[in-house]
Amino acid sequence: MSDMAQPNRLPAGGAIEGRVDRNRPLAFTFDGKSYSGYAGDTLASALIAAGVKLIGRSFKYHRPRGIFSAGPEEPNALIELRGGARREPNTRATTIELYDGLEAASQNRWPSLAFDILAINQIASPLFVGGFYYKTFMWPASFWEKVYEPLIRRAAGLGRASESPDPDHYEKAYAFCDVLVVGSGPAGLAAALAAGRSGARVILCEDDAQLGGRLLSERQTIDDAPAHLFAAAAGGELRSLPNVCVMSRTQVFGAYDSEVYGALERVADHVTAPAAGVPRQRFWHIAAKRCVNAMGATERPIVFGGNDRPGVMLASAVRTYLNRFGVLPGRKAVVFTTNDDGWRTAADLVAAGAQVEAVVDPRASVDENLTKAAAAGGVRVLLGGYIVNVTGGARGVTSAIVSVAGKRQILTADLVAVSGGWNPQVALTTHRGGKPRWSDALSTFVPGDLPDGMTVAGAANGDLGLAESLRKGSEAGAAAAAACGFSAAPAPQPRAEDEPTAVAPLWHVAESRHKAFVDLQNDVTADDITLAHAEGFRSIEHLKRYTTLGMATDQGKTSNLNGHAMMAALTGQAMSDVGTILSRPPHQPVAIGAFAGHHRDRHFRPTRHTAGHAWALENGAVMVEAGPWLRPQYFPRSGEKDWLTTVVREVRTVRSVVGVCDVSTLGRIDIQGRDAAAFLDRVYVNTFSTLPVGKARYGVMLREDGFVMDDGTTSRFAEDHYVMSTTTANAAKIMQHLEFCHQALWPELDVSMVSVTEQWSQYAVAGPKARELLMQLYGPDVDLSNDALPYMGCREIPLRGIPTRLFRISFSGELAYELAVPARYGAAVLEALMALCGALGGCPYGTEAQSVMRIEKGHVAGNELNGQTVARDLGLGRMMSTKRDYIGRVMAGRPALMAPDRPTLVGIRPVEKGRRLTAGAHILPGGAAAVAANDQGYVTSVAYSPTCEGWIGLALVVNGPARHGERVHAFDAMRNNDQDVVICSPVFVDPEGVRLRG
Amino acid sequence: MLLILCPYCGPRAEIEFRCGGESHIERPGPYSEVDDGAWADYLFTRKNPKGEHRERWLHAAGCRQWFNVARDTVSHTILAVYPMGKTRPPTEAGT
Amino acid sequence: MGTFSFGSLLRNAMAGHKDWPRQWRAPDPKPAYDAIIVGAGGHGLATAYYLAKEHGVRNVAVLEKGWLGGGNTGRNTTIIRSNYLWEESEALYDHAVKLWEGLSHELNYNVMYSPRGVLMLAHNIHDIQVFKRHVHANRLAGIDNEWLTAEQAKEFCPPLNIAPGMRYPVLGAALRRRGGVARYDAVAWGYARAADRLGVDIIQNCEVKGIRRDANGAVTGVETTRGDIATKKIGVVAAGHTSVVMSMADVRMPLESFPLQALVSEPVKPVMPCVVMSNTIHAYISQSDKGELVIGAGTDQYISYSQTGGLHITTHTLDAICELFPMFRRMRMLRNWGGIVDVTPDRSPIIGKTPVPGLFVNCGWGTGGFKATPGSGHVFAATIARDEPHPIAAPFTMERFVTGRLIDEAAAAAVAH
Repeated sequence: MSDMAQPNRLPAGGAIEGRVDRNRPLAFTFDGKSYSGYAGDTLASALIAAGVKLIGRSFKYHRPRGIFSAGPEEPNALIELRGGARREPNTRATTIELYDGLEAASQNRWPSLAFDILAINQIASPLFVGGFYYKTFMWPASFWEKVYEPLIRRAAGLGRASESPDPDHYEKAYAFCDVLVVGSGPAGLAAALAAGRSGARVILCEDDAQLGGRLLSERQTIDDAPAHLFAAAAGGELRSLPNVCVMSRTQVFGAYDSEVYGALERVADHVTAPAAGVPRQRFWHIAAKRCVNAMGATERPIVFGGNDRPGVMLASAVRTYLNRFGVLPGRKAVVFTTNDDGWRTAADLVAAGAQVEAVVDPRASVDENLTKAAAAGGVRVLLGGYIVNVTGGARGVTSAIVSVAGKRQILTADLVAVSGGWNPQVALTTHRGGKPRWSDALSTFVPGDLPDGMTVAGAANGDLGLAESLRKGSEAGAAAAAACGFSAAPAPQPRAEDEPTAVAPLWHVAESRHKAFVDLQNDVTADDITLAHAEGFRSIEHLKRYTTLGMATDQGKTSNLNGHAMMAALTGQAMSDVGTILSRPPHQPVAIGAFAGHHRDRHFRPTRHTAGHAWALENGAVMVEAGPWLRPQYFPRSGEKDWLTTVVREVRTVRSVVGVCDVSTLGRIDIQGRDAAAFLDRVYVNTFSTLPVGKARYGVMLREDGFVMDDGTTSRFAEDHYVMSTTTANAAKIMQHLEFCHQALWPELDVSMVSVTEQWSQYAVAGPKARELLMQLYGPDVDLSNDALPYMGCREIPLRGIPTRLFRISFSGELAYELAVPARYGAAVLEALMALCGALGGCPYGTEAQSVMRIEKGHVAGNELNGQTVARDLGLGRMMSTKRDYIGRVMAGRPALMAPDRPTLVGIRPVEKGRRLTAGAHILPGGAAAVAANDQGYVTSVAYSPTCEGWIGLALVVNGPARHGERVHAFDAMRNNDQDVVICSPVFVDPEGVRLRG
Repeated sequence: MLLILCPYCGPRAEIEFRCGGESHIERPGPYSEVDDGAWADYLFTRKNPKGEHRERWLHAAGCRQWFNVARDTVSHTILAVYPMGKTRPPTEAGT
Repeated sequence: MGTFSFGSLLRNAMAGHKDWPRQWRAPDPKPAYDAIIVGAGGHGLATAYYLAKEHGVRNVAVLEKGWLGGGNTGRNTTIIRSNYLWEESEALYDHAVKLWEGLSHELNYNVMYSPRGVLMLAHNIHDIQVFKRHVHANRLAGIDNEWLTAEQAKEFCPPLNIAPGMRYPVLGAALRRRGGVARYDAVAWGYARAADRLGVDIIQNCEVKGIRRDANGAVTGVETTRGDIATKKIGVVAAGHTSVVMSMADVRMPLESFPLQALVSEPVKPVMPCVVMSNTIHAYISQSDKGELVIGAGTDQYISYSQTGGLHITTHTLDAICELFPMFRRMRMLRNWGGIVDVTPDRSPIIGKTPVPGLFVNCGWGTGGFKATPGSGHVFAATIARDEPHPIAAPFTMERFVTGRLIDEAAAAAVAH
């Protein structure tokens, strides 16, 4: 023990020296103080080496806590790792690989770890029993919100989250294999070797940085050599096999349907920060035909007085710190074990040069070899004994009070190693609903029903012996490979011994009178279990929720079974009847950012661009979301003071000259076949079989429940060929609907359909000079006269060798066309169009101007087609065929959908000229009180109309069409824009439709 | 995420598919002879069984074909996959 | 004895907490009851409580297949609000909010109702228009709901990301100030304890296997795993499993059961002052009193009774959370679970009588039932006691799917609540 900086580091060259790399010292800080450790350490082992015992404060009572385990089950040693934007609260010191420059801080204490004001909670602790908050904090009533709850919230919560965006990146990846092996302890390695040698595609996932599991922590031998060498050799062989992928630092956290496993690879958590271009973590979906679950087991503590003090440690963790890390967690130890395995800790401590005061084992007799070995090491054996209390404080354990046959003795100690037996890690077997099975032999739950494709081997299955684990693992690996069609010649089994593993159950030392903790992290005590029982919270789910047992960040890995068994003892139930809490993924907590991966910022969801996107940006367009698409909203020019000025200019230009708008985002579906016409007659309310070739028609589609689903124009290019257009928002939905109608309802119809939205770019050309513009584009050989292409006509016209379609349809109410060209020519055609348009004095226009003009014309759009309106509400009732069946026909006739008092489409104008209207305002009768009973409808869309020189709107109003001219009230609760409005026709511009036929 | 055996494309991940709900329900007709109750039954009433369920799926990001799936609603195990319009093949549960 | 107060806590603390009585009894079923409630979740227990308290019907049993409060009551994200679009929904949920306000005292049980404010984010022009329509409709109905700009939303909820570079930038938000959260288990336990004290028998581990009817079709009792029990009135409040229970009386329902996932993070010191919901990018988040972020995910697309859901659903929700709260990326997901929600075609519940005399049903709350718990129990109790719908429940009949008088919050909200 020569190293002053690391007083508890075992000397190199001793009987036990550990396997950290002493040539690579690493510096780190804890609570601002500098320490050093070695490569291969965890933060916990380095803190032990440095002699740091006090690591944190407990959740509720702020009791001093140290390091309890050597793995992911750690309930006590939770710290804030790193700082600033990378701060990670509640990080287990036992799983963090030490790196140079590591910064850690204690949490849930103020002002400091050693002096924590809220430790006063310990004095008031008689009040703070399980569920106490349900019984109080109610008086006076207003205090809950203002006083009590804010206090509770501030006290709760452990660590502090980062307050800035995480600078790191996360990746997602997918993998497929024949055999997934989870865990690389003896069973996992043997399974991976057996499956890998057969040629099956194998993925081996190990949570730790090194392969080997418990082999790294024990002084066992395989083939007469230290077991860790076997692990290294097996790892070497596996890595050399081309069909095997070894993934260390990878936690398999969940089992999902169809044999998919979720796994998290910690790519750069063992360095200060990820290198450029390297993700912090990688989130894997692994689809595996078979899975060998060899996740091992977790040691179970025992509940006794003072069992939370710094220096009380799981017996197997003590061995890990000795054998793997070469650090000595205590110099004077008492071992408290209910099973043979715990005795190994005494032996290892002795071998490491520590003094072991006693092995306390409640069993009346144990294997003679154990007692002989203990005696040889100068260790007292106290059979039939219990630790009833451990004394100590923030500086750690000072003594253990042991009771043997009713007699108490005080043993001076700074380390209490505890083992209550081993709990197989059953989590992955339960994520899909499988229930674990109680084993009387092991006094614990073992895997019961297994999910499809999974076998369990080794300690995870309750097979604790080394030789047995190796053999069972090998068998499981070979069987999994065989199930995928691979076989290998049987290989000789490695030689190893099965140590004794006998165990007698002991959950709780009933003699203890001091605070005895069941759930260390959530401060759930033995008394809380008794209280829950007394108050009737006896089902383990009620116990969990009432006391918070097992709900901390360790998910009850060291506490659940003890708590459940204590409740079983109180109720007199058998453990097989009590059952256990089904664990939920993730097995260990997983960073939220890892789930999101690269789906962030601009890449959060895909963005769709039309062929004209670049042109729009070059020409100054302001873009707006339209579902996944971006569309030009308006094209501001320099000197225009706001968006409204721009939009007014665009509308005026269209109505007086010409404008061009990119409408490529509208859905387009190509429908062909002998029965195409019959098909359309069944999906639209109006008739398309009578539509002449070369003509377009506006159509309305209902859902089967009678409400309007979508609208758009459909054009006929041949007897058996139609092109349908849908709204942008509904494009995918309509396609799916049509396919359903054809494939599920009327498969006998000879019709085929395909979405061609992406294949065509489409531009609306609108305004008095629209024809002139298009004539210039197509040239003198193409006749676009009113006779050749009348209103609602459509034609296929080649344009310099490329096929185009020209539709004479109008959303704006002007003389208008829509020009469709193959998308790869979209940008070029737009450029040509715009050059001609500009020369004529026209301009591009965006969705805002388009919206203004459709409101001026009283055309319905998304605000009116909102899934709650029927055709009659929108003034489209007369389109509905009375002669035939179509989707939605019958249900549209239901009483509530035919009711005369349904809100119906009207126009509105402000009474006070020039006043702005508000969309969403509700319509009340003139002079009526603003209460829900007087609600008669609402304003769906508003616009400033340059044509009307004032604000106009569309509204759905009860009995609307009969009320043109009536003055009503528009109720605006938000902007104090209450005002009277006049109901009018929804068509504000050119009601006769002269312009569009011009 | 389910792994679904599309009858036309082979096994694919669930995210490629859309579930269309209960299968083997007949659209009522002729329209003039069916009352609103029968229509409401067709549109809204569902077996919603705990156990085997026959349902329609669309391979939306694939062949765009609708087909039938027999699936256990507790274990999520897919018991059978068969084309639209085909009669229901028996499965072990045998509904 | 048995009343909770700081004084009783203190007295019991000094007595070593040895004298606390059971919070509810564990009675054996009697041969007959005046009414039987199937399902001891929040809604069922509330129904029994109000039957006993307000209608004098105390000879009531609540039968529970598992442990009380173990269904969706114990699995939800606890959001309470009433800013719904339709008058009928507003009335129902606002009735509940009013009961929430005094519930801890009513039950002598701290249910930790915490009106922290519910912020609903708008990400596009369509959202803005829909939410503004909501705000106006709510104000007309006398329900608080206000519109905030993105900057005001950020002020109300500092961790919120309103950067314009987001894929779906936050353009504004509707704020319901008296919306919030409550401690879900305490709601079930509080109602259970209060109902028990009024004489209601809560019988756990008692699964209903059949519904008995007479020659006229009227109910006469239930068959259970703990024997047959006679009754003339059965109220089915078995969220998720409604179709299964109702099929015992040959009643087919307009319902589908979907798995709905939720998750919590590790607990941290206070970071989220309110509830934030985004329907457009599918995320709901708040922070519990214990410090965990409570996050609601979406439903799977297929019906299921498994209480598990697809990993891609969780993933989809968490990328939305990271988008809205980039500072939470490093926080860790602790637990992810599923509940089973039964969903109606218009996303509004069904409360009332059924074609079978004596059989009542309260179901179809979809993803938003928790918030309605007190109101739902209150109006359902009145409906059962009087054998006619409570006025607030009257629009929520099964017949609406035939008549078309839907209360279509599905189209209104676009997605789950």
